[in-house]
Amino acid sequence: MKALFMMGCPELPVQTAAALYIANKLNKEGFEVTSAGNKAAISLLLNSDPEKHYIKKVMDLDRCIGALAEKTIDFDLCFVFIHSDSGISYLATIKSISKAKTIAVIFGKEIEPLIEASGDSIIIAAKAVHNPTPLRAQIDGVKSWAALTR
Amino acid sequence: MNYEILLPNSSFKECADYIKKNFKEIYFVPAGYKIFDNYLVGVPPIPIAVDNDDIIMPYVKPCHGCFVLRIPGKEEVGVLRKAK
Repeated sequence: MKALFMMGCPELPVQTAAALYIANKLNKEGFEVTSAGNKAAISLLLNSDPEKHYIKKVMDLDRCIGALAEKTIDFDLCFVFIHSDSGISYLATIKSISKAKTIAVIFGKEIEPLIEASGDSIIIAAKAVHNPTPLRAQIDGVKSWAALTR
Repeated sequence: MNYEILLPNSSFKECADYIKKNFKEIYFVPAGYKIFDNYLVGVPPIPIAVDNDDIIMPYVKPCHGCFVLRIPGKEEVGVLRKAK
């Protein structure tokens, strides 16, 4: 099973923490996790997980969109990290070009409009900027990510 | 690439509405549509306008929101018109 993280601007500190926390859970269920992001998002991940215990592969965000659009790669699950309108655009794009089941991981101060705009994706959402605990509680509410692929 | 920013730092919806409101020749493309060696990100159907020989399109940046860009069209204008 393969999972993709789509990571936007890492201006909110909880993004990297949430990504590594979810990756750990996915690894335990046998997922191989690839993370796509801009340079800053990827750099934060690689500096936090230098031996790639949690994130097995990283990709440039634009190259990942291109490969999905050209159907040269695909995934079982795609977690889109969203704290702004840009994240909603990436979520809509993934839903159009990938067969992956989408999970919207929503955080920040004003999450309600983002939840509303996430449509029929599975939603993990919490008001969180610096403290990942509220988001972690939502993540822990999912007992099996593998079950979503069946 | 030469481009002019017509609308900076906005939401995708604001950019899509701007294009639909201000231009007449509009084509709707799916997310992931390849144009200028770039795969478009956005909520489909994504509006792209043609104005004279220029392409007017939304462009999403993860850190800065969505922009409306005017770019000299080259062969992309022909591709859009042909696909209609």
